[in-house]
Amino acid sequence: MSALDSLYRSSRARVIIGFAVAAVLLFGVAPATMSTFRLGLLGKFLCLAMVAVGIGLAWGRGGMLTLGQGVFFGLGAYMMAMHLKLADAAQVEGSGGVPDFMLLYGSGVVPGWWEPFRSPVVTVLAILVVPAGVAALLGFAVFTRRVRGAYFAILSQALAAAFAILLIGQQATTGGTNGLNGFRSFFGYDLADPVNKRMLFFIAAGALLVMVAIARQLMVSRFGELLVATRDQEDRVRFLGYDPAKIKVVAYAVAALMASVGGALFVPIVGIVSPADVGVVPSIGFLIGVAIGGRATLLGPVLGSIAVSWAQTSLSEQFPSGWIYAQGALFILVVAFLPGGLAELFTRWRRSRRTPVPDDGTATGDGGDPGDGPGPDESADITGPAYSGRTS
Amino acid sequence: MDVLFSQLFAGLSLGSVLLLAALGLALTFGQMGVINMAHGEFMMAGAYTAFVVQGVVGSAGVSLLVSLPLGFLVGGLLGLLLEATLIHRMYKRPLDTLLVTWGVALVLQQVARDVFGAPNVDVRSPSWLSGAIDLFGIGIPKTRVFILALAVVAVVALAVVLKATPLGRRIRAVVQNRDLAEASGVSTRATDRLTFFIGSGLAGIAGVALTLLGSVGPTLGTSYIVDAFLVVVAGGIGQIKGTVIAAFALGLLQATFEYSTTASVAKVLVFVAIVAFLQVRPQGLVSVRTRSLA
Repeated sequence: MSALDSLYRSSRARVIIGFAVAAVLLFGVAPATMSTFRLGLLGKFLCLAMVAVGIGLAWGRGGMLTLGQGVFFGLGAYMMAMHLKLADAAQVEGSGGVPDFMLLYGSGVVPGWWEPFRSPVVTVLAILVVPAGVAALLGFAVFTRRVRGAYFAILSQALAAAFAILLIGQQATTGGTNGLNGFRSFFGYDLADPVNKRMLFFIAAGALLVMVAIARQLMVSRFGELLVATRDQEDRVRFLGYDPAKIKVVAYAVAALMASVGGALFVPIVGIVSPADVGVVPSIGFLIGVAIGGRATLLGPVLGSIAVSWAQTSLSEQFPSGWIYAQGALFILVVAFLPGGLAELFTRWRRSRRTPVPDDGTATGDGGDPGDGPGPDESADITGPAYSGRTS
Repeated sequence: MDVLFSQLFAGLSLGSVLLLAALGLALTFGQMGVINMAHGEFMMAGAYTAFVVQGVVGSAGVSLLVSLPLGFLVGGLLGLLLEATLIHRMYKRPLDTLLVTWGVALVLQQVARDVFGAPNVDVRSPSWLSGAIDLFGIGIPKTRVFILALAVVAVVALAVVLKATPLGRRIRAVVQNRDLAEASGVSTRATDRLTFFIGSGLAGIAGVALTLLGSVGPTLGTSYIVDAFLVVVAGGIGQIKGTVIAAFALGLLQATFEYSTTASVAKVLVFVAIVAFLQVRPQGLVSVRTRSLA
């Protein structure tokens, strides 16, 4: 028992055990117990959870409230969708390689900026590079000029609004409000085949696990410590000789990359992407799961996001308007009264169990694994010194 | 020449709408550093107030004149309620306020949907606002002129309140230095509440004005809130001057880009222009000088 106990307490072993359990659940239990439809639904939730991992890094750890992750999600999704449409069109006799909706609404000619996406290699590379590049560019422009806090939040939101409006406006080349849908194959694999659907789920599950691993490595690294320091006392980090702008740009770009991959896998699993998935409302919607799970923790955003997606699906099936009230209430209650999310409650409960005698601070000496969730002192940082540094 | 004038007026008209929407935001954001995402829903509440009043009064002209003060009151009271229940707990966490008020916005939208129904409703314009004024050879709709005038009146009234009344003096003191104001005996609590009341009331007025331009729906606010925030960001906080200039500048910019490209491309170009502008002036056009590091 004591050997097991010490194994549990070693943070590295705990992480490995955690990943093993997650892998068994995702690759073994879920496909064995769920119908193809339910598995597809879970796959969709996993894609949304990838966005949440990125938001946890940028917002929870970096203090950058990004209200525009829908843009990067959408970029990844649309690039993947464009490739799938072109690949489908190439299979259809007599279409001349032109996607169906373009024949309907457009001039019947594939625009030049679509052409590169005929190649699967270019598409995958673009999904990995373009959104991160856009984020780095915007982040660099904004953070080096020390535009931050609410100003950054508003700019990122405006970006999401502009992106959605742009997509809607270009009916002939982006599908407009309908978006892109009706995909038949995914890199040559028939999307109607349940086996391929299962394969897509495995890809999404694997991608999510990789992202959580990346996020964990970033969090425990020196970079992760600098990121938290920048969140809490940006000026002090600058006085110490670091460049906060660079630190923030990296976190923002990584978050964008995760959102992009999530979007790219969302498309074949769900079968449609439209401006309704990328605008202002869905972009802020990504945040609620992160806030509920615990924004500054490793697993909080993932679990919170999956739970919220699940609740949304099951609630809006029964009470369409009920979900919106529930979402609004969650934003109000969680953010106002439980800023550390459910992870805060969990940590409090575990601490109260571990140390029956109430004492302050001494219980924190158990390794201090940053992936451990916010302790009382750390979660206080989210609410307190992060903003009280303003002197005016 | 006609094209120039009509574009100029389109820009001014858009600017006046943006100004009405952003004025209250600039006030609450500048004073308290609070980002109220429910501001757009207060506009919606003002618009539905106009709809309800017209249902009761009947005459379009009278109902518009009654709706303007009533819209102010409805918006203001909603704002007061929000401030008293939620926002005053969160002054230390401006970013979190943004998310909480977003939650409030979602709830208010759904309430509107459940009470008034999802389809848009129409508010009739009074007969003395129908038709157009002929100016420099182009016809300018009277409703647009009315909104422009309303925006000017709102700005002047707000300026008078801020510059010439004891309340305005207190507000400016709190904006410049909250701690010192409090130490000098200004009740920042009461000042905050009144500022929020006025700022949200202005949203109500903006909502009433919007009924002259189109139909009223539950998502009326969301379509204006992002642009209104951009105005506040570009204009800088703490002074009305910046908001006024930014609103008209963005209006003109949007109209110009729309003329040379399309409405959707224009939105993107305006966004790029604002990010470029923030490279030059990260604090916005006009900002209160402080010795803080921010």
